[in-house]
Amino acid sequence: MSEPAIRIRGLSKTYGQHRAVDGLDLDVRCGEVFALLGPNGAGKTTTVEVLEGFRDRDAGEVSVLGTDPQGAPLAWRERIGIVLQSSGGLDLLTPREVLRTTARCYRQPREVDEVLTRTGLQEKADERISGLSGGQRRRLDVALGIVGRPELLFLDEPTTGFDPQARRDFWGLIRDLASDGTTILLTTHYLDEAEHLADRVGVIAAGRLLALDTPAALGGRQSQEATVSWEEDGVRRSLRTATPTAELLALAARFPGEVPELTVTRPSLEDTYLALIAPHVSGESAQVPA
Amino acid sequence: MNTLALGLDRTVVELKMYSREKEAVFFSFLFPILLLSLFAVIFSGQFEDADAMSAGRFFMPGMVAAGVLLTSFQTMALSVATERDDGTLKRLRSTPMPPVAYFLGKVGLVAVTSVVQLVTLLVVGRLGFDVPLPDGGRRWLVLAAVFALGVVAGTVLGIAYSSLSTARSIGAVVIGPMLVLQFISGVYIGWQDVPDWLRQVAALFPLKWIAQGMRSVFYPQEMASLEMAGSWETGRTLLVLAAWAAGGLVLCVSTFRWFKRGTV
Repeated sequence: MSEPAIRIRGLSKTYGQHRAVDGLDLDVRCGEVFALLGPNGAGKTTTVEVLEGFRDRDAGEVSVLGTDPQGAPLAWRERIGIVLQSSGGLDLLTPREVLRTTARCYRQPREVDEVLTRTGLQEKADERISGLSGGQRRRLDVALGIVGRPELLFLDEPTTGFDPQARRDFWGLIRDLASDGTTILLTTHYLDEAEHLADRVGVIAAGRLLALDTPAALGGRQSQEATVSWEEDGVRRSLRTATPTAELLALAARFPGEVPELTVTRPSLEDTYLALIAPHVSGESAQVPA
Repeated sequence: MNTLALGLDRTVVELKMYSREKEAVFFSFLFPILLLSLFAVIFSGQFEDADAMSAGRFFMPGMVAAGVLLTSFQTMALSVATERDDGTLKRLRSTPMPPVAYFLGKVGLVAVTSVVQLVTLLVVGRLGFDVPLPDGGRRWLVLAAVFALGVVAGTVLGIAYSSLSTARSIGAVVIGPMLVLQFISGVYIGWQDVPDWLRQVAALFPLKWIAQGMRSVFYPQEMASLEMAGSWETGRTLLVLAAWAAGGLVLCVSTFRWFKRGTV
């Protein structure tokens, strides 16, 4: 297997008395979409900022595209793209102007028009950014992150504040980038977002990795009991079972036609996630700046 | 692209943003021109012998000096503090753009706006209020040298000053002290009307020296006797401004932060 895009061994970072990241080990493979989940104060932002070369670590080894981000040369920034939580200070310019000046910083940038089209901004290309909607601004942030043709893209809580349709559109854009072979590291608070986009999910809390798996298998979801639920004599009934198929067959035999209001569910990613982090979430930890 | 070309590109972007921000254009670019016009009209009656000294000529050096301060120091302090807070600096830092290109863009912005402002002041003064242009090559040379050193000092000091505050309060932190400095440096009132001890205070800051250098350019030679030292002190003026520019550069380089306080 090829060298991972991101390799973290024993990463630690302390602010005063607070251990924000506490011996974190993690690999992100080339070409995958990796979602980093965790409660506020878990160390997500600190970890990502170390990877982006914005923050120095206290201990551990970090390699991003084969280079230590701490003191990495400018040439290293040619290969990574960062979608910041918000790009302020652009109100007076147009998307085309900002993309053009940003593209000039890179040796092999994408065409500005191509980026505008991919991010759905071609109609707003020559309008002032102050007039863009929240979703359009976020797409501009992504446009700025990808105009340099990065091998690795950092996406920090990309769809916070989006309406459902805007999120679906945005997810399409991210999947499109991933299909080009761009490695993507995503942090998010939305479990459905991780489930839709990520090949693998890492859950961190208190600066440590709690679980690492595909969204479908995280925390043993696949092997957990399913809940079969239906309506009978006007009453909602449900049962938990390890063999939902057998239960369905039995139900099908009892009812003449369709089983009313039938559902079969397994624990959602959100249920699994909340169960994983429950021991680490206290009133205090939510107050600590990440 | 090489660093110089990127610096030029940044200059174009900076000029676009500057010209689209009406407040900046008004309060830093047009303000001295407007004040010169106002003062020349309001105080015209108090200058009886207009051939020797008109109101326009009297206020011209101060307005040129104020313009230098506004387009360099004020513009830099306000814009860099804002860009640090709104994430512009972090965004630029996340690209392979060499940091020097950012500063070249700022220098380019200040150079273009301050030179255009100076030329506009000279033209408005000459055509509108009969302020004579500097006579003789030496005066033009002094004008160029004082202007250039003043702009460089104002730029680096402004960038350093931006680190003192956040975008929310930088306006007050810049404009308040600057207003005081402009009064005690003899920009809005005659230098000889400022009490001696205040003149000593003003002499610690560069604005007084820019204004003095500009008086030596625009005033009749015999008015040199009204200066503190009884002469224009051109050599000392240039030396003080050069020292401020050099010290400011050191301060600017050693205090500059790409990220707002408390984030990284």
